[in-house]
Amino acid sequence: MPVVIELIGEAKRLAADIGCRVCAIICGHNIDQQANELIGYGVDEVFVADAPELKNYTTDAYTKVIFEAVQKYKPEIMLLGATHIGRDLGPSIAVKCNTGLTADCTKLDIDPTDKKLMQTRPAFGGNLMATIICEDHRPQMATVRPGIMQKAEYVKNAKGKKTELKVSFEEGELREKVLKIVKSVREAVSLTDANVVVSGGLGLGGPEGFELIKKLADRLGGVVGSSRAAVDAGWIAPSHQVGQTGTTVRPNLYIACGISGAIQHLAGMQDSKCIVAINKDESAAIFEVADYGIVGDLYKVIPAILNALDNVE
Amino acid sequence: MKIVVCIKQVPDTNEIKIDPLKGTLMRDGVPSILNPDDANALEAALQLKEEYPGSTVSVVTMGPAQAKYALRECLAMGANDAYLLSSRAFGGADTCATSTTVAAGIKKIGDFDIIFAGRQAIDGDTAQVGPQVAQRLGLPIATYVQGIREIREKSVIIERMLEDGYEILDVQRPCVLTAVKELNKPRYMTVIGIEQAYQKEITVWDEVDLELDPADCGHNASPTKVFRSFTPPPKGAGEMLDGTVNEMAQSLVNKLFDTHVLQKGQ
Ligand SMILES: Cc1cc2nc3c(=O)[nH]c(=O)nc-3n(C[C@H](O)[C@H](O)[C@H](O)COP(=O)(O)OP(=O)(O)OC[C@H]3O[C@@H](n4cnc5c(N)ncnc54)[C@H](O)[C@@H]3O)c2cc1C
Ligand SMILES: Cc1cc2nc3c(=O)[nH]c(=O)nc-3n(C[C@H](O)[C@H](O)[C@H](O)COP(=O)(O)OP(=O)(O)OC[C@H]3O[C@@H](n4cnc5c(N)ncnc54)[C@H](O)[C@@H]3O)c2cc1C
Repeated sequence: MPVVIELIGEAKRLAADIGCRVCAIICGHNIDQQANELIGYGVDEVFVADAPELKNYTTDAYTKVIFEAVQKYKPEIMLLGATHIGRDLGPSIAVKCNTGLTADCTKLDIDPTDKKLMQTRPAFGGNLMATIICEDHRPQMATVRPGIMQKAEYVKNAKGKKTELKVSFEEGELREKVLKIVKSVREAVSLTDANVVVSGGLGLGGPEGFELIKKLADRLGGVVGSSRAAVDAGWIAPSHQVGQTGTTVRPNLYIACGISGAIQHLAGMQDSKCIVAINKDESAAIFEVADYGIVGDLYKVIPAILNALDNVE
Repeated sequence: MKIVVCIKQVPDTNEIKIDPLKGTLMRDGVPSILNPDDANALEAALQLKEEYPGSTVSVVTMGPAQAKYALRECLAMGANDAYLLSSRAFGGADTCATSTTVAAGIKKIGDFDIIFAGRQAIDGDTAQVGPQVAQRLGLPIATYVQGIREIREKSVIIERMLEDGYEILDVQRPCVLTAVKELNKPRYMTVIGIEQAYQKEITVWDEVDLELDPADCGHNASPTKVFRSFTPPPKGAGEMLDGTVNEMAQSLVNKLFDTHVLQKGQ
């Protein structure tokens, strides 16, 4: 539940500014352990809705349970992860509560004068940022983009209250039924969807260089990309090519290794959130778009990075 | 079957320019297009229409008079009729108010089996209108629909995309489905379609036709307000790391974790 840990971290920060408590609501079946875990991450009270009908997410069931809890406990602010589920559930609850909902926020703040929530989000494909407020309706609701907010720390033996919610459904009330959940295998992650892309270019010197690239990509849960020159050299399949005549990628992290930074390559990756360039030529154009640049031999730098990653854990 | 498709006309965000001082959109000269996901929603509806003879596809949008162009595009692709919900009272709507008006329009069209929407509009980018229309109509919803497997007598079996796979859902009809681009490949308009599209009337309804109180529409009925908008701060110049290879590698890894680009346990 990584995004939840981020939401708790953020909620604790906001709650300190307003002077209120942090609560969580969890729906599912046989979820005692997860409820305890939430307390470990520092929520003051966790509301537990446990029922066989809640084992898998459905809009009808979760909306009903959470809406009833909102009516009863009247939160000031309600945060959801902007995941596929959160962006299904959030709008449904907001309508039932007759309140507003801000989508996919990347920044939240409390207005010091009147304690209202300032919700900042990208729109127009990231070309524009908007700060949204919800003055007269409660709760102030936001879905929050995963991977942005600071995670809460886990504390063993933390104290918090657990409250069971009464859950019951009437015949015919739940109109969506999950028949099957199909998880895709990791390898299937496509370049466009990947969170991390590690790309190699002519600077690899030969096809075996991609083994090192793959090692780093695997270590970061990412996929392998390449420049066109490496494809043209026959070192890797064309499906890996990033750029104007390849795939356009926008991952959280793009690591370019031994790639000079030709304009056609940049066209396919310069909107990545964080770009790291490793190149032995300090005047390589790739450094102009990089957030972090390392001048050096990739065959020395990448093993050092793998090493440093192992030291983190 | 009677199918209704919710569509939105949007500026082509690939060509959009933002006034860097005022933080507002410069719409002049930016072409308007049919929202991409909505083309997938319409395609899904048209495929059902072909599969089930006697079916009809209606398209509906809330927007200014200019949005008729997007409706005509849908007619040219093969929709039967088109509805424009247009009034000053609808202006300045957030998704909460947009869904009230769109739901009222769909109710007036009436008698529907399946309602399609796009997952997300590329301008507002909220992905909220589809689920909110469903809630206002009291209908079940499936979002992120990437496949339609089977139409049953009382339900529809669909594939709903998840971050790490998909799930197969049985959703009772009538229902709302929101389309992602993976659902299908939208067809092009045909020459005959375009000709016929221009002969068709587009029905225009305002709040009186929809029997809506102006207090329940547009800006008046929007709990959220845009407090300010601005251009994202330009990317600062990058940082060249220095030191030995090991020092640079260590400092890179630290920075990636400090800025949350990487998360612990990754
Ligand atoms: C119409 C058109 C479309 C194109 N489309 C694309 C496209 O989609 N994608 C694309 O990538 N290209 C595309 N190109 C090609 C593009 O112009 C460049 O030729 C290509 O990107 C160069 O690839 P490269 O950076 O791997 O190779 P090079 O430019 O040769 O760069 C290799 C880099 O590796 C560095 N290096 C060497 N050894 C090491 C080492 N041991 N350690 C660290 N660094 C080292 C060098 O300093 C150099 O900067 C296109 C070109 C045209 C004309
Ligand atoms: C910068 C900015 C930020 C905004 N942020 C928010 C916010 O956080 N919360 C909020 O509630 N509002 C917000 N709005 C207002 C919102 O954009 C409008 O309410 C808009 O009418 C609908 O939202 P959307 O474009 O996000 O559509 P989405 O919800 O992304 O659209 C999904 C689907 O719903 C259907 N649909 C959408 N609009 C219409 C329509 N007019 N007619 C028919 N069908 C339609 C289409 O099928 C579309 O594919 C924001 C507006 C701006 C300019």
